[in-house]
Amino acid sequence: MDLKGFDHPGRPGGSGPRSVKVMIAGGFGTGKTTMVRSVSDIKPLTTEETLTQASADVDHLIGVADKTETTVSLDFGKISLNDSLMLYLFGTPGQERFWFLWNGLFKGALGAVVLVDTRRLASSFRAIEEMERQNVPFVVALNVFPDSKNYPVEEIRDALDIPENIPVVACDARDRASSRDVLVALIQHLKDRSAVAMESR
Amino acid sequence: MSAPRRPTDPSGLERYYVLTGGRSGPGGSASSLDVATLIVSLAAPVPGMQHEHEDILRRCRDPLSVAELGAHLGLPFNILAVLLTDLLEAGRVEARDPIPAHGAGRGPDLALLEEVLSGLERL
Repeated sequence: MDLKGFDHPGRPGGSGPRSVKVMIAGGFGTGKTTMVRSVSDIKPLTTEETLTQASADVDHLIGVADKTETTVSLDFGKISLNDSLMLYLFGTPGQERFWFLWNGLFKGALGAVVLVDTRRLASSFRAIEEMERQNVPFVVALNVFPDSKNYPVEEIRDALDIPENIPVVACDARDRASSRDVLVALIQHLKDRSAVAMESR
Repeated sequence: MSAPRRPTDPSGLERYYVLTGGRSGPGGSASSLDVATLIVSLAAPVPGMQHEHEDILRRCRDPLSVAELGAHLGLPFNILAVLLTDLLEAGRVEARDPIPAHGAGRGPDLALLEEVLSGLERL
């Protein structure tokens, strides 16, 4: 049996295999799954999560007795960053009726990418609001569809009321390098935030 | 897309009920499991073990996330969490949570972010 990684048991941050999580958010049909697919090392998979809106009862069969339980599918992919560090990317459910679930989903994430379809700016309003409300660090990625008009980034920033310190980048979610660059922009943004936090201490 | 895929299938629910002995957890040590938590086997399967437990131990010889396990085994998160609790409590697997974004109000540490960046730049 392969014992790789067994020698150093420990919690996150120690040695051995580690993982980080990034969420891909945005309105319905903005290209979240497309982005996960284009940048993942593995064929994207789907995991089902049954989420409970009210408090969780332990003793009944799921989905039968309690109408507040909802099954959602999360599309996800992974990138091996090095021998011991995995990056998992999760696309959030896009429909409004699932937004109550987001609290749990973002726990433990490094940050998020909010995808915006410039033809339908309004579809991502709510996602941006949620990131701000939950204090999740994020960057905004304008997914440039073939028939999208070429809006100046600053015009979109104004229209979506995105603060100056949040990066807004254009991308093509179908393209691996372009999607990778969005993730790089997110991590760079997290670094900048850390630096600011250090200075203000 | 991200729409829910399957309508609720009663035979599936019966299967889950049998798998978990009617428990719908996650409780105890698995309540903190995240979809990106890595599961690593600490022991080999033993004869007489529940098939799904055996399957998990075999698949997690190399670390696998809870989400991947769920996808491979065709089990929703909360059912899988019940099975993983059994294995965690028996000391047969180790769970390694994703490195969190905020440690005590601070952002993730810079060394980690640098590591993520250099990994991405190699893509």
